[in-house]
Amino acid sequence: MTENSVLELKSVTKAYGDVQTLGPIDLELKPGEALGLIGHNGAGKTTMMKIILGLIRPSGGQARIFGLDPAGSAHGDVARRLGFLPEAVNFPNAMTGLEVLKFYARLKNIDVRECPDRLAAVGLGDVGRKRVKAYSKGMRQRLGLAQALLGQPELLLLDEPTTGLDPDFTRTFYDLVDERRAAGTAIILSSHALAELEPHVDRLLVLRHGHCIADGAIAALRAQSGLPVRIRVSADHGTVRETLAALTDVQSNRINGKTVEFVCAPERKMELIELVSRTEGIEDLQIELPNLDRIYSHYNNGEEGS
Amino acid sequence: MNTVFVITAQELLDALRNKWVLSATLVLAGFALALTYLGSAPVGTVGVAPLGVTVVSLSSLTVFLLPLLGLLLSYDAVVGESERGTLLLLLSYPVRRWQFLVGKFIGHLAVLVIAVVIGYGAAGLLAIFRLEGIATQEIAAYGVMMASSVLLGAVFIGLGYGISSFVRERATAAGVALAVWLTIVVIYDFVLLGALTSGDGAGLSEGLFNSLLLVNPADAYRLLNLSTFELTANLSGMAGMVSNGQATALASLASLILWVAVPMFGAGLIFSRKEP
Repeated sequence: MTENSVLELKSVTKAYGDVQTLGPIDLELKPGEALGLIGHNGAGKTTMMKIILGLIRPSGGQARIFGLDPAGSAHGDVARRLGFLPEAVNFPNAMTGLEVLKFYARLKNIDVRECPDRLAAVGLGDVGRKRVKAYSKGMRQRLGLAQALLGQPELLLLDEPTTGLDPDFTRTFYDLVDERRAAGTAIILSSHALAELEPHVDRLLVLRHGHCIADGAIAALRAQSGLPVRIRVSADHGTVRETLAALTDVQSNRINGKTVEFVCAPERKMELIELVSRTEGIEDLQIELPNLDRIYSHYNNGEEGS
Repeated sequence: MNTVFVITAQELLDALRNKWVLSATLVLAGFALALTYLGSAPVGTVGVAPLGVTVVSLSSLTVFLLPLLGLLLSYDAVVGESERGTLLLLLSYPVRRWQFLVGKFIGHLAVLVIAVVIGYGAAGLLAIFRLEGIATQEIAAYGVMMASSVLLGAVFIGLGYGISSFVRERATAAGVALAVWLTIVVIYDFVLLGALTSGDGAGLSEGLFNSLLLVNPADAYRLLNLSTFELTANLSGMAGMVSNGQATALASLASLILWVAVPMFGAGLIFSRKEP
């Protein structure tokens, strides 16, 4: 086990009968690292989280959290240092938000006097004494996050956390997550909303039918994918556009009367920018890198053919 | 141990909030009061042993009621939490599976204790103050009935957890629980009665018949309440059937305790193998 790694999975697999539903997965996570776990429903994201939480035992390989076996006798020690937000959790309707949070705090041996502040941090300060029954889906999810953040966990697992959240709280949500990440918490975030995930994770692990089909830093995956970069140049005069188009052998499309779009391979990006910026009469320049959605579908569909 | 009580406290609070405690108490109190007063009708106002009669009639009702209450409290303990997603979350906490089950068990048991003590207790106290000629033995029999009623409910709480850990859907758990209730509480006795009266009536020896009564928790409860005291045995017509009251009482108590322990243990075993 590498020094100070939070999580280490070594060729972890999970099989039910003859059907292998996950793996083999190799993964290591260090403090402060945030991993985006992406894949379709049923790709094995939740199974992987359950193995990390020690709720199910892997069929093969080894899972170590803080150097301990989460499904073994050290489950309690691991669990105290973990935070988890399951997908679509429904807290008991008859309880108030504060009571729910205090219940979980007691189970983790955390001072319940912290709870009102914790609720306030997720914007539930005013409704802590109201019953969960009266909470909207977004408010329940906030309560779920407050619960996951109890006791400054060293590893935070968030399963589809922003489904059904309004954009406003989605921002607050990621602010809280980023805050934990800056404080050294390792984070695993699974999400369908890839665009919003991008600024908040360092690395991606793409699962497909239980197999890891891509794993690495977003920049590395982007470069490795070879997906084209789009550079849009706006100019006033038609002549400038023609000059631009003649400058290079890179494919160009006219977007409208003013704008030309170049589609180039990532390694030619700098060359093109230089060429364009030396040209006189350029009004504006926009560079569009392939976003997470494109990267994901590239890896996901790339495997489809094989 | 602390973890167990955190879960117990939550369960109890939930039962209070959901008006579980209140409705169970009201139902038991209603039946107990009705039987205490109506039950004295056959013996008249100057009749013998008014509270003893209540024990006989009330325990005959309890045999149906408490198992139902126990199952209603427990059938969705595991599968319900699983459907809500809270089971997955709870097990990601420093909570062992046995702590989860035992914590819930104590909480649900407390609901039954509150309902029986207040519901039956109130009716008993009222009878003691309002009716005349109540013997000490009757009060003792009433106390035994209250305690054994809780025990009978506990049997079915354990069975409910077993069902709840085994099935995958809440609706299935409800169906299986109903079938278990019907089998143990109603059908078993019909079959036994049928066997007893079939042919020339020699199908069952007295020893076998008594053993068959003892292995069913509902019948063990009946035996315990109707045979322990000479008085209730006479009132219920069990006197001729049970020759040795003391031994029968002990055997039926042992049967009830085993019926709490074994299903709870089984539920724990099934639950520990369940993948949430």
